[in-house]
Amino acid sequence: MLLDRNLHIRAIDTFIDPSVPRERAIITHGHADHARSGHGAVLATPDTIAIMQTRYGVDCAGRFQALDFGVPLLIDDVSITLYPAGHILGSAQVLVEHKGQRVVVTGDYKRLADRTAQPYELVRCDLLVTEATFGLPVFQHPLPQTEIARLLKSVRDNPERSHLVGCYALGKAQRVIALLRDAGWDAPIYLHGAMLKLCGLYEELGVTLGDLRPALDVPRADFAGQIVIAPPSAIRDRWSRRFPDPMVCQASGWMSVKQRARQALVELPLVISDHCDWGELQQTVHETEAATVWVTHGREDALVYWCRQQGLEAQPLHLQRFEDDGGEEAA
Amino acid sequence: MKRFAQLLEVLALTSSRTRKLAALTQYFRDTPDPDRGYGLAVLTGALNFANVKPALLKETVLAEVDATLFAMSYDYVGDLGETIALIWPHHGGTGELPSLTELIDLFNTTSKRDLPKLIGGLLTRAEINERWALVKLATGGLRVGVSARLAKTALAEMSGVELQAIEEVWHGLKVPYGALFDWLDGKTGRPDIDQSARFHPLMLSNPIDEERDLARLVPEDFAAEWKWDGIRVQLVMGAGTVSLFSRTGDDIANAFPDIVDNAQGRAVLDGELLVGQDFDPGSFNDLQQRLNKKVASARHLRESPAFIRVYDLLFDGDVDVRALPWSERRARLEAWFAANPQTRLDLSEVLPFADWDDLARQRRQGADEHGHEGVMIKLRQAPYVPGRPKGYWYKWKRDPNVVDAVLMYAQRGHGRRSSFYSDYTFGVWKGNEIVPIGKAYFGFTDEELKLLDKWIRTHTIGSFGPVREVKKELVFEVAFDSAQESARHKSGVALRFPRISRIRWDKPAAEAATLADMAVFVAAT
Repeated sequence: MLLDRNLHIRAIDTFIDPSVPRERAIITHGHADHARSGHGAVLATPDTIAIMQTRYGVDCAGRFQALDFGVPLLIDDVSITLYPAGHILGSAQVLVEHKGQRVVVTGDYKRLADRTAQPYELVRCDLLVTEATFGLPVFQHPLPQTEIARLLKSVRDNPERSHLVGCYALGKAQRVIALLRDAGWDAPIYLHGAMLKLCGLYEELGVTLGDLRPALDVPRADFAGQIVIAPPSAIRDRWSRRFPDPMVCQASGWMSVKQRARQALVELPLVISDHCDWGELQQTVHETEAATVWVTHGREDALVYWCRQQGLEAQPLHLQRFEDDGGEEAA
Repeated sequence: MKRFAQLLEVLALTSSRTRKLAALTQYFRDTPDPDRGYGLAVLTGALNFANVKPALLKETVLAEVDATLFAMSYDYVGDLGETIALIWPHHGGTGELPSLTELIDLFNTTSKRDLPKLIGGLLTRAEINERWALVKLATGGLRVGVSARLAKTALAEMSGVELQAIEEVWHGLKVPYGALFDWLDGKTGRPDIDQSARFHPLMLSNPIDEERDLARLVPEDFAAEWKWDGIRVQLVMGAGTVSLFSRTGDDIANAFPDIVDNAQGRAVLDGELLVGQDFDPGSFNDLQQRLNKKVASARHLRESPAFIRVYDLLFDGDVDVRALPWSERRARLEAWFAANPQTRLDLSEVLPFADWDDLARQRRQGADEHGHEGVMIKLRQAPYVPGRPKGYWYKWKRDPNVVDAVLMYAQRGHGRRSSFYSDYTFGVWKGNEIVPIGKAYFGFTDEELKLLDKWIRTHTIGSFGPVREVKKELVFEVAFDSAQESARHKSGVALRFPRISRIRWDKPAAEAATLADMAVFVAAT
């Protein structure tokens, strides 16, 4: 096999998104459960490299090699091409070709339009290695615009409260800010300290986010009617005490399950996901025309079961992963 | 339906009582009749559809969704109704859902054979939150944290009519409560219902202030009774029907057939619901077991028979005697018992006492020897007045027991306290380890809460989800009413009404109580 079940390309001794330091790694995107520091050499998109260096330091790998989308790189007789995955800025799918065999590792991906990430491109292949974070038929994501409209309605209906939106710091935060701007919210958006650097980087890389301010040294009363973006862990902890009567919101695909929102003490759940929902996973499996599907990350069993029903060869990978900070809250 | 779905979502997701109340009030204000009446019925659990059951909904979904994928999904979501709402695969269709009134009518009039088609069609037309509300409506069991009392409180807020007045008419009303809303809107007078066959709001007592009140009150003007450790109930024995109400007017007759089936005569009685053989009250724990069941099991009826210790009479036959003084009501109550022999009701005895010191002595003795909660003191001249009138009834509770326990675990609170560790588990020594004896919420000033929160964060030795385990170093003085044996706690002891009376920053944990110290309190019960 060209690729083994640890996402190791044997012919060129290179791993995709390895969870421990390796000599050679291809990194699909900058989230911590895919991008670790300490690899010898990293091949990734320029944006992903910039994100890794911002998060972990410029020396977080022995050396970096940037590869633009759609440009094949030949190593020995193996060809590597990165295609946009639509998950976050710089996120890529990896196409590995060898002697006419085509393997695609999706990384994390979504197919809905998102101006903070390069739009997903379909890549036909023989073996598809797909994520399945939301791989159950109960996950049917609504349009993010309708969720943002609910947030803005709540802000209008509760002018005396501040809205704290729990968002993962890389990707989700910038997408929510962009969605708010596109919905006409021109007011300053306040940020938790953990968001500042990455929002700055997105701006540098050409994603405009409008007037962003640190949620520091602002009189308590001035937060009424305002929107504040913070990591999920901060919105229910001591940090949140500076806001007047905060409305706890959270932007995540998990928020469609009310029981989960309740457990997390979320008052306004926003179902905004950077992953495919069940329908998009099915659509992708069909459209890639892959005969073999490996499923990783998430609810693998349901998607494997469904693929086999379609007459495809399908396996769960059960990869060991380190949870990204915030765990499921990030999705 | 849209408005009702929005209401349910707010109710499900906010833990704040104030916000739930505001949402309910707004719903009742903005929603036309009869929709709001049906909404009220759904919220208070007054509706039940003969043919629309969870199994039927599941069957409807399984016609459209693979059974294995459904099982995997249900396993993940954990709630059948929510799984159905989320997994329904068809969307779109024409126009808005029918109104709540029309929906209820459809559920009641559609034949069993056609129901799956009806429900499937509705699910397809509904938006996601409506779909959730629709399934909740169809299957009952809303679980959105709204009691009937909260709904009635919202009606009071909406109309300015007192909650008590609403509770007075409540049990004579019929869905969709047209007469109620007409009255609340000021269009008509109060609904006319049979006075002797409904719930009457209870008369409540005030705690006695030993220093101020006892010096002022004349012992001869008062009668005393034991304060029983059960729950306050009202037994309404109308013509042909017997109802049993909790103090908030919830009908609990189904859980206590042993009482309602055996009551003889006509009256409205006020008393304490207790369980135990031969009128000998068992522990509150035994009663709790029965209260937890909507319908009593045969074993419960046999092992924990219920009875009511009666202490007042509101209606003698169908004559309203509430305006009479206590002494006359008591005389009538004794005469009524003589004329209507009972097997599940008995009279609460009146305690003779010489003066307040004598009663204080009896109160202490009753607590030590029989575990009585204290005594009630009632003005002999007092009429029966609903609410908590001043100067008529006093409760004189036993002094609380106190124990020094060690903080073990802390958990974050809800709402305003969601960023504070405000929920505590504490324990006592058993040999070299500390075993838990109870749990209590924060009961201090904001300043103390902040200090405590900080202490917990700096002394954490482990976390399990929302719970932190702390170093066993901080001592709480815990007050409680009584202690009981409990198989559920590792310590074998459970406290009743524990509250944290003081933080003992000064006291070393080694000097906290031991399990052996607790045995004294258990023995007294």
